[in-house]
Amino acid sequence: MEIVVCIKQVPDTTEVKIDPVTNTLIRQGVPSIVNPFDKNALEAALQLKAKYGGQVTVLSMGPMQTKEALKECLAMGADEAILLSDRAFGGSDTLATSNTLAAGIRKIGKVDLIICGKQAIDGDTAQVGPEMAEHLDITQVTYVAKIESIEGNIIRVEREHEEGYEVIDAQLPALLTVVKSINEPRTPTVKGVMKANRKEIKVWTVEDIVVKASNIGLTGSPTQVRRIFTPEQRVQGELIQADTAREAAAILASRLVEAKII
Amino acid sequence: MLFKLTDDQQMVQKLARDFAEKRLTPTVAQRDHKEEFSRELANEMGELGLTGICFPEEYGGSGGDVMSYILAVEELSKGDDGIGITLSATVSLCAWPIYAYGTEEQKQKYLVPLAEGEKLGAFGLTEPNAGTDAAGQQTVAILDGEDYILNGSKIFITNGGEAEIYVVFAMTDKSKGMKGISAFIVEKDMPGFSFGKKEHKMGIHTSLTNELVFQDVRLPKENLLGKVGEGFKIAMSTLDGGRIGVAAQALGIAQAALDHAIKYSKERVQFGQPISKNQAIAFMMADMATKIDAARFLIYRAAYLKDQGLPYSKEAAMAKLYASDIAMEVTTDAVQIFGGYGYSREYPVERLMRNAKITQIYEGTNQVQRMVISGAILR
Repeated sequence: MEIVVCIKQVPDTTEVKIDPVTNTLIRQGVPSIVNPFDKNALEAALQLKAKYGGQVTVLSMGPMQTKEALKECLAMGADEAILLSDRAFGGSDTLATSNTLAAGIRKIGKVDLIICGKQAIDGDTAQVGPEMAEHLDITQVTYVAKIESIEGNIIRVEREHEEGYEVIDAQLPALLTVVKSINEPRTPTVKGVMKANRKEIKVWTVEDIVVKASNIGLTGSPTQVRRIFTPEQRVQGELIQADTAREAAAILASRLVEAKII
Repeated sequence: MLFKLTDDQQMVQKLARDFAEKRLTPTVAQRDHKEEFSRELANEMGELGLTGICFPEEYGGSGGDVMSYILAVEELSKGDDGIGITLSATVSLCAWPIYAYGTEEQKQKYLVPLAEGEKLGAFGLTEPNAGTDAAGQQTVAILDGEDYILNGSKIFITNGGEAEIYVVFAMTDKSKGMKGISAFIVEKDMPGFSFGKKEHKMGIHTSLTNELVFQDVRLPKENLLGKVGEGFKIAMSTLDGGRIGVAAQALGIAQAALDHAIKYSKERVQFGQPISKNQAIAFMMADMATKIDAARFLIYRAAYLKDQGLPYSKEAAMAKLYASDIAMEVTTDAVQIFGGYGYSREYPVERLMRNAKITQIYEGTNQVQRMVISGAILR
């Protein structure tokens, strides 16, 4: 079972700061972490490896400092880490990023399963994973909350919905994006950390992968970020005010009847 | 020695810091209040590999250095120094003498589960009438065929009652004084080994301190640690290392107190401005920070010397003496900065002040540290 987990190094903040001139993220001075959903993806991969054997490779695209994030993944138990890093990749939007990562996966060779977090906490687009599946022309299942089994080349997963979940059988090779509830990512141990420090993180540049120059970096990025803002909070639910709980319950019941809910 | 940590050291430091922030800090006040030792947290610490940092892989460790281990004690102690000393007692006082003096069989049997974090360790030297005067041991071990029969008691034993493995000192030949002391490895469930009362202490409530009672405990000869009569030497060399651990505990306490003081002084507004704007307060914190850094470098130097296989007894004593004294000063100042709130159990600094006191006392009082240091420089 060859599993690739794609991770992103993100700033550790909920308030992402944007450069007003370039409309890109200001990374300076903000501590970086592995995107939390990507840790869920890695945990899922490590659990599959424990059950079915094989190898887990973590893949990322970013500047050299991304090595720190990859090191953390090695400490958690990934077997290998590869960083796609080149000036040519700079300024990538999700399309260029997914093109670059897909090229990285083609270079890795035989891959049975690709697991990504459902989205990155900085961009929140949830596009890179699905786009990669399209580029690679493989099955994709998004918002996976449980991996039930792998039998032959069929993987059975539960896909989370707002109103429940779907049980899906998908053919391998496949790409999954996972949600937080799928697992609790493990904490690295001292042994894991020290082992990770002895491991080499491979760095691949644009020379190492096969990809069209027009599909990567700024030129391969049709997206233009016009403005980023925190959307206004949705209207909160109505709070029923009454003197006693009994009265409040009566008002609530009548409202629910009016709304044809009960 | 460079003023830069290696990658391994930085990552162990981060791991210990994350564990302290996520698992220790949120519940420390509650556990302190209830005087509760958490075996669950001690086990988690073991599962992370913190007890095995500085032991070779063949003995269940991760082959790191003493410096990394000391960084871990410091980080844990910032969150909960009671757990910090649980780690230090297991590693420095129990696992280390077995590693340094034990036979291959003893290492496999006792060091491996300690390093792998499956078991906790403790060290039994202090007795009601043998504190600083450790040579006045009244616990005796008498050879009877293939076994030693152990009788006596030990007090103020960190991890006592919870630890599964104990390094215990006893007189094997009273006529020889300190040369008549031998060291033994005692297991928790050996018949005749029991625990007396749990100590109710001023501070370090989240660590366990207990009395050990030995009534005709039959110890196989294989449980002798080192040679007959080597006990005093083993105890003293073990305490040299233990002192670096206590110093790191004191450092963690002091750093936590300063961190709290900085945060509070920026938030607390009096006379229309944060109290950190008052030079009287700001200068207090400047002094606190300077003392903490001085202590930190004394400690790191002692750990570095130990890692290099160089003598470190004097340097460990200096580190322990200075770090514990400044921990007392810094925590007292932190309480002062918090004012009335500092004296309240609602805020963390009073706990830190209570906990700092023990670091001036155990694993050799600071008077003993001065004996060690003056002995070394006046030789």
